[in-house]
Amino acid sequence: MNVISRKTVFSGRAESWTASFLAAVLLVLLGPGLSIAGELTGWILTESRFFPSEPAHQDQARNSTSLALQPDFYNRFDGGSGITLVPFYRYDNVDPERTHFDIREMNYNLVLDDIEFRIGIGKVFWGATEFVHLVDVVNQTDLVENLDGEDKLGQPMVQLIVPFYWGTLDLFVLPSFRERTFPGKEGRFRGSIPVDTDGARYEHPDEERHVDIAARLSGTVGILDLGLSWFRGTGREPTFLPGNAPDGSAILIPFYEQIEQSSVDLQAVAGEWLWKLETLWRSGQDGSFTALAGGVEYTFSGVFESRLDLGIITEYTYDSRGSDSTSAFQDDIMLGLRLGLNDFAGTELLFGYIHDADLGSRVIRLEGSRRVGDSMKLAMEAGVFLDIDPADVLYDLRNDDYLSVMLSYFI
Amino acid sequence: MNRILLTGAYWIALFMIMSVSIASAAAQDQRGLEIALESDTRDSGFVNYTVDLKMLLRSRGGKERVRELRLKILEVEQDGDKSLAVFETPRDVKGTAFLSYSHKTEDDEQWLYLPALKRVKRIASRNRSSPFMGSEFSYEDMASQEVEKFTYKWLRDEALNGMDSFVIERYPVDKKNSGYERQVVWIDKDQYRTQKIDFYGRKNSSLLKTLTIGPYRQFEKKFWKPLQFNMVNHQTGKSTILKFADYRFGVDLDERDFTKNSLLRAR
Repeated sequence: MNVISRKTVFSGRAESWTASFLAAVLLVLLGPGLSIAGELTGWILTESRFFPSEPAHQDQARNSTSLALQPDFYNRFDGGSGITLVPFYRYDNVDPERTHFDIREMNYNLVLDDIEFRIGIGKVFWGATEFVHLVDVVNQTDLVENLDGEDKLGQPMVQLIVPFYWGTLDLFVLPSFRERTFPGKEGRFRGSIPVDTDGARYEHPDEERHVDIAARLSGTVGILDLGLSWFRGTGREPTFLPGNAPDGSAILIPFYEQIEQSSVDLQAVAGEWLWKLETLWRSGQDGSFTALAGGVEYTFSGVFESRLDLGIITEYTYDSRGSDSTSAFQDDIMLGLRLGLNDFAGTELLFGYIHDADLGSRVIRLEGSRRVGDSMKLAMEAGVFLDIDPADVLYDLRNDDYLSVMLSYFI
Repeated sequence: MNRILLTGAYWIALFMIMSVSIASAAAQDQRGLEIALESDTRDSGFVNYTVDLKMLLRSRGGKERVRELRLKILEVEQDGDKSLAVFETPRDVKGTAFLSYSHKTEDDEQWLYLPALKRVKRIASRNRSSPFMGSEFSYEDMASQEVEKFTYKWLRDEALNGMDSFVIERYPVDKKNSGYERQVVWIDKDQYRTQKIDFYGRKNSSLLKTLTIGPYRQFEKKFWKPLQFNMVNHQTGKSTILKFADYRFGVDLDERDFTKNSLLRAR
């Protein structure tokens, strides 16, 4: 059944994996004659993005509106095992690259007495810091969703989870690779030359079928929450090769190299203080480098004799590649303020400030959200790019100051 | 001469009064602690339970909001309980889970699970005075009320709603991070169940909130568990009612259901 669906229904290689997993999950679901009595949740949202400045690059659109939905189907079996299906779709009225479909999750979680398996398309998070997520390498970033990189594509995986007395050992086999999404030529938040996501190249001859492997040991030791991770396979972060589109225009071709990465992430609680650190050593991409992100978070509760909570976060990021870094945050200082009103509507405001200590560029970001009624949420997000140095990776975004307004309905 | 005698008598009298009051103050403290310990003993031995919680948040104008959670509690011998709270509503936070290991003397350990990011975050447990989910209950009101977290003083015995009750006062040990200077607690003499708590703030020692608890129902012929909490905020006129339903004792829960990893499938 797997083979048939793979050959006849889907032509692409990545899709064939999706098909096999779908078949596997369906088999698990229907095979033993289990009744489907799961729960359906999820959300649907509209987003309007406003860009007050003229675009910096040719073909870029001014404002955009999009509609996205993500239903979430879950069925729990006796003993804690469960099956999850989370498809995602976004329609964007200006950027065809942002109009996209993904299966965020489609997996079977088998919980046995001493071990656990997760088989299918899944999502995991590794890390500790707030502004950047250095060590979080399993799931590919769905960059067209948001500049902050917090949205991820579903990753085909077989995950073995071995709990022990102070934590968990996770072993991953990742049988197929997901390419990073990039805005198309009509989209904002892109480089001066658009990325051709159809022509990705790979260092390894197995290309996107290369089987990546990863392991993670994580747990809590006293005041420390600690994670030690290791990954070997296709790097999630591409470098770019110059190329030409069929019409002769310049394009960038993503090139995915083989990497090996070891990382440590930790968080320590000391009274009201939370100390966070992520550090990685990566080899592959033209030699090896280290990167680090760390900082501290402190929360004042009941400020000004009120119900308000005010959290303050400062973080620093470093990348040993310096100005050759593929990261925009190679030597940056970050300050965040989180204000929680603790009202019925759960109103929350976030202010973020990033200062490039090397180049002087500054980014300001403001986020706010509040609940409307019981099942809707109104959120806004704004970003301003100030004094962006031409040498900065962010230089291409210098005219992309934006305001985004989102209204979500939760099923 | 007279004067010296008088002064001497005065000092002796003062000393005696002070000794008596010190002794009686110590006796009051001791009695307060004994009542708290007995109340705690009667509420222990349940091993584990699950319960559904509905929170009704009411504004001064009578506007109402509902939040629903599922709770799992595991008793830990010689230490505070472990608890796991999973949100059902409001729907935007569905699946968000809150794991807490309470401790008798050390800081509690707490983690928050954010399902959209699949991220488990350790949080600082000292921000105890923050409101829980926009309600009139703070994190410290929702936390496991370990005996060691307070010092005690017996005040008096009196009838409350026709029940003979002890009235004790308790003071947070961690004064800096508590939202209260003191709490006055009514505990019924029959079953040692907390019936009412008045919360006093640190500023002017003013009455902030009143919690009334009950009715209680007995489960497994042993444990008296509350079906309802009613918290009224005297400063704002807002109130929150907690309704507990579907208590299940002796369920299939152990340490493994209260780990960071278990949060990932807590939904």
